[in-house]
Amino acid sequence: MTARIVRRLFATVAVMAVVAFVVFSLLYLTPGDPAAVIAGDIATDEDIRRIHERLGLDEPFLVRFGGWLWALLHGDLGTSIFTNLPVTQLIAQRVEPTVSLTLSTLVVAILIAVPLGVLAAAKAGTWLDRTVMSFSVLGFSVPVFVIAYALILSFAVELDWLPVQGYSNLHDGLWEWLRHLILPSIALGTVYVALIARMTRASMLDVLAQDYIRTASAKGLAPNQVLIRHALKNAAIPVITIIGMGVALLISGAIVTETVFALPGIGRLTVDAILRRDYPIIQGVILIFSAVYVLVNLAVDLSYVFFDPRIRY
Amino acid sequence: MDTTTLAAPIATAESVSPTWRRFREAFRRHPTALIGGAILIVMIAMAIFAPWLHTIDPQQVFPIKRLRPPSATSWFGTDMLGRDVYSRAIYGARVSLVVGLAVALLSTLLGLAIGLVTGYLRQLDAVVMRIMDGLMSIPSVLLAIALMALTKASMGNVIVAITLAEVPRVVRLVRSLVLTLREQPYVEAAIASGTTLPLILVRHILPNIVAPLLVQGTYVCGSAMITEAILSFIGAGTPPNIPSWGNIMAESRSLVQIASYLIIFPGICLSLTVLAVNLLGDGMRDALDPRLARRM
Repeated sequence: MTARIVRRLFATVAVMAVVAFVVFSLLYLTPGDPAAVIAGDIATDEDIRRIHERLGLDEPFLVRFGGWLWALLHGDLGTSIFTNLPVTQLIAQRVEPTVSLTLSTLVVAILIAVPLGVLAAAKAGTWLDRTVMSFSVLGFSVPVFVIAYALILSFAVELDWLPVQGYSNLHDGLWEWLRHLILPSIALGTVYVALIARMTRASMLDVLAQDYIRTASAKGLAPNQVLIRHALKNAAIPVITIIGMGVALLISGAIVTETVFALPGIGRLTVDAILRRDYPIIQGVILIFSAVYVLVNLAVDLSYVFFDPRIRY
Repeated sequence: MDTTTLAAPIATAESVSPTWRRFREAFRRHPTALIGGAILIVMIAMAIFAPWLHTIDPQQVFPIKRLRPPSATSWFGTDMLGRDVYSRAIYGARVSLVVGLAVALLSTLLGLAIGLVTGYLRQLDAVVMRIMDGLMSIPSVLLAIALMALTKASMGNVIVAITLAEVPRVVRLVRSLVLTLREQPYVEAAIASGTTLPLILVRHILPNIVAPLLVQGTYVCGSAMITEAILSFIGAGTPPNIPSWGNIMAESRSLVQIASYLIIFPGICLSLTVLAVNLLGDGMRDALDPRLARRM
């Protein structure tokens, strides 16, 4: 079992190495002079030369990659071109809003989506099922910023119940913090709820067709008990998997949501970095988000043991 | 089932292929797929015939007519430069549809090529799949952002960036299909009778991949449209001189409280188009994979 876990960890390290390599080599693979693009249209030759030096575009590829990787392993993501501050510091300053937004969305979305999916599967074919499934198709189709603006226009501008934009730190009061997160979380969570609900329903329908469910019902267990204890637990693995994979949606959605709601998080940092062509920040953000994504999915893999004792690591 | 066996000769008499019959049946069972197809056709027609749909030059600036709400003369209102939002929204359909279709086509073709080869050549498989795993660990919008940040904003670059971000998922699908198909008895029989590898791939493997790939292509199209809009919205997409739905919304970001129509109309267009593509995809999936149809 330990050997399996160790092997899985090694695979994770390998994937992260590939990610690091890809993120680093993007700078080299893009046609044209990235320094000229980063410097912008009004840059002087001196500016371009400075960026060349900063990004090490004149040195051999492997030398630069080695140096960059070594620094990365020591927690150094480089220096921002625009502000001259360490990228790690810039990201650290922005962590709270992003973590608040994504975590609250994650928790609320799971709490809504799983019961919805279970209900839709239990009442398969009824209007309830069809409503949930229609909602799910809609959730996939309406982009996060369209939902965000619809929410702002109705609940913040028209009804004036919630703030239009902005963020309030957690240590400035729980209620204010929560009030500023409600609309962003709904906007960000819609597609995630759609995804999880759909998978929960599909997985539950598979399990509900199994013999042991009929046995459980036949021996007189209450329908809810059958649904939760026998069906849901056995239907859990695909659901957990999609929850892990959906984190990618949360991450890219967070960038957009933070832009719409003016939340001073990592997403906002990224968008500002794009406008300023501050490539070290973009690199750093991609690396960190990808690492989070990989680690979440590692945790998901390891959690299979809990839901299905037949799986052994 | 007796009814199907009875129905079969009639269908052959009409010389309708089984795939077409399944499509027709699925569309009958899911009228939503038909609605999706209809919306999509309207959108495509709108994109093609944009200049004749009572539009004016979407880039033409009228400083005196700034921020006019929707009226009889400008149906969707005018933006902060006095440009006609209706014309911009109609022309915007071109960007979304071209990007969506181009990405769907390119990424399925590229994914098909890589997936076929890696599914068959074990030596290559390990290396390529590790690279694909790495690429898939980067959320696709982020990968597209990284690529766009390094190139000049243009529609071609947007298409390339989104394609590169979507390809790994297609490769994974094709490879897994190839891995199952190559164990099929008819493939073994083909090998035993001395069929060459390229011929096996083209004649025996490829036809069985087309259907699932078509469905995947539809979903890629929908997600590429959303990604394009996201890229444009955060300033890493199509250049500002091309009116795309994402651009229109991005330019109006700070005006949402005073001129909400600037956001609402392009938002509805985009959502409706993606919805149409997804509905069509669901219908096709049901038609081509009856087993999945019951579940999803």
